[in-house]
Amino acid sequence: MKNALEAPRPIRKPQSEVAAALPLDRDLLIRMHDLMVQSRALEERLIQMYRQGHGFFWIGGPGEEAFNVPLGLLIKKGEGLDYDYLHFHYRQSATLLAMGEDPIGALRQMKNTATDPYSGGRNFAGHFSIKRWNVVPVSSPIEVQYSMAPGTAIAQKRHGGDGITIVTGGDAGTAEGDFASCLVWSSRPGNELPILIIVANNQWGISTAASTVQGCTNISDRGKAFNIRSKTIDGNNPVVAYQELREAMDYVRRERKPFLLEALVSRLYGHSSASGANFVPDEVDCIATYEQWLEAKGVTNRAHFNEMRARWNQEMAELARKVRDEPQPTPDSIWNFIYAEKK
Amino acid sequence: MASMAQAIRMALHYAEENLGVTDVFGEDVGPPLGGVFTTTQGLKTAWNSPLDERGIIGVAMGLALAGQRPVAEIQFCDYIFNAIDLLKLAGGTYWASNGDWNVPMVVKTPVGSGIRGSIYHSQSFDGTITRLPGWKVVMPSTPLDAYGLMISACQDLNPVMYLEPKALLRVRGEELIPGEPSDDRTLSKMIDAPLNDRSGWVPKWPDLQPYSVPIGKAKIVRQGNQITVVSYGRTLPLCVKAAGAIREEGIDAEIIDLRTLYPYDWEALKASIQKTGRVLYVNEDTEITNFGEHLIRRTIDELFYALLAPPQLLAGKSIPGIGLADSLEMASVPQLPDVTAAIRALASEEP
Repeated sequence: MKNALEAPRPIRKPQSEVAAALPLDRDLLIRMHDLMVQSRALEERLIQMYRQGHGFFWIGGPGEEAFNVPLGLLIKKGEGLDYDYLHFHYRQSATLLAMGEDPIGALRQMKNTATDPYSGGRNFAGHFSIKRWNVVPVSSPIEVQYSMAPGTAIAQKRHGGDGITIVTGGDAGTAEGDFASCLVWSSRPGNELPILIIVANNQWGISTAASTVQGCTNISDRGKAFNIRSKTIDGNNPVVAYQELREAMDYVRRERKPFLLEALVSRLYGHSSASGANFVPDEVDCIATYEQWLEAKGVTNRAHFNEMRARWNQEMAELARKVRDEPQPTPDSIWNFIYAEKK
Repeated sequence: MASMAQAIRMALHYAEENLGVTDVFGEDVGPPLGGVFTTTQGLKTAWNSPLDERGIIGVAMGLALAGQRPVAEIQFCDYIFNAIDLLKLAGGTYWASNGDWNVPMVVKTPVGSGIRGSIYHSQSFDGTITRLPGWKVVMPSTPLDAYGLMISACQDLNPVMYLEPKALLRVRGEELIPGEPSDDRTLSKMIDAPLNDRSGWVPKWPDLQPYSVPIGKAKIVRQGNQITVVSYGRTLPLCVKAAGAIREEGIDAEIIDLRTLYPYDWEALKASIQKTGRVLYVNEDTEITNFGEHLIRRTIDELFYALLAPPQLLAGKSIPGIGLADSLEMASVPQLPDVTAAIRALASEEP
């Protein structure tokens, strides 16, 4: 399933016919590629910052771009119940960039500067928090978001409209009770919730293989026991991911019922900097396979890929240089924001 | 006069009518039961959750983050421990997001001994919850304070842990709740669910008035000059009783009901201890890393030269649980004779 992308084929048809045969709009295909490359360049820059001593710890989502970019493009972005509530884990940078977030925020968080827009230098890379887009604070426990997400979905069910709750996590985190909580609370008879439950299955929990943990054939099979519509998809194929996410989201938005979507993805730089953050050559690289496909379909070409890669690498390097001189939080700032006060 | 359970119920009714409370939920919180201690009977926003404490706390957080005003119940605090990291997260979210997201939610849970609840219906939670920064922690000892503290909790912008001393939930108060009818029976007919068929029952709420007890304010329950006794919850009335009895021996004790454990009213404690020079802290949580130990540490740090005797703590024994047999419960947590003896000993201690 992970290698479902078609092998490259020579192009013989005229360009207009090729475009007609494309599964998604040509501009969208190019836009997704651009965002995937931008996200990869960001994560690779973060890793480099860690190696250069410009950050204490790296964790992120390189290898998940083919799934996370379409997710970000399909989110209904905004603040409040009319928009999607987002309970992410820490491998979601590509989703945030696809939503339009400025990558400099992630670099600032990596460098734990006072200007870090998500935590003011308090939290690890990838721990986003954006109230204006309903991105609730990402935390390091790998399961708690599955317990919290039904809460925003209950509020949205009551509110009506087409805003939904989206929660993401990894395969390892589904072993926690919170994942079962999410399934139970999302599917109470008569109180089914508008929630898209996502599991990005990279087949690993740090060093423990999913094959030694998961007795279920697919993690999505667990949804069936709760009468939750469920599916396992190839998360390394952005076209498949876009189409499947759109279908799942349409269902959740329209029917106000849960959907469990398992995306099979790669983990291209290991769990985190604690395991070295070195490139893993034997897993599918979704950008490489997508580029082969784009080329084969005649959508664009190697020169464009190279240009994109160079452009984003350069931009991330410039942003990293800018962030390097920004101030650290002051020691007395530890006392800020313990309690919210009425203004 | 209303019992504490009725007072909490009336406060929640006031809060769902006037303060924007959207959800009162937990195990058996909605109809037909309305809570195992009846504190949520007849509330229009009360609903039954799955039997899942992590889900309850997580959903309360989600509701709060989505702009709702949830009051979640954990049926007994003995069952809250599997949600401890979610409680930590709720307390820390505002800080971790550098002020981006606050989490206005109330968690209420019955605590402590007094109903012969054995190992899993008698534990305390004050020691543990005061170790989770970002929470405000309150614990009433009278129905009127229960009413006023709940109303404050439902207006706070932060997570508030509302500890219900289960031994006092059925005890009637000595002060009327504003709007409450003066006759017990009238009140009961209005707001207590019938014991048999409840399917068609709707409460008739009295015309309740706003009344709040500010979070962070202690109350001097009894004035005195010779010794300060600080307590909260079940042991507070024991301290008052003991002080009354011991007055005949010429010991004049000042009793302070802390009411808010965090952020606590240090100014009130300080003023009293500076006056008396002696302080006894009383609670029933286990004594090792007990919240009272913190208060002793601060007393020593800041008031050492005002002290006439070492500050003392009377607390529960550090044992794995409270046994069912009457003799075991009595021996495990402070009872009236223990409190009396402790006040007497400290009041008469000479260097």
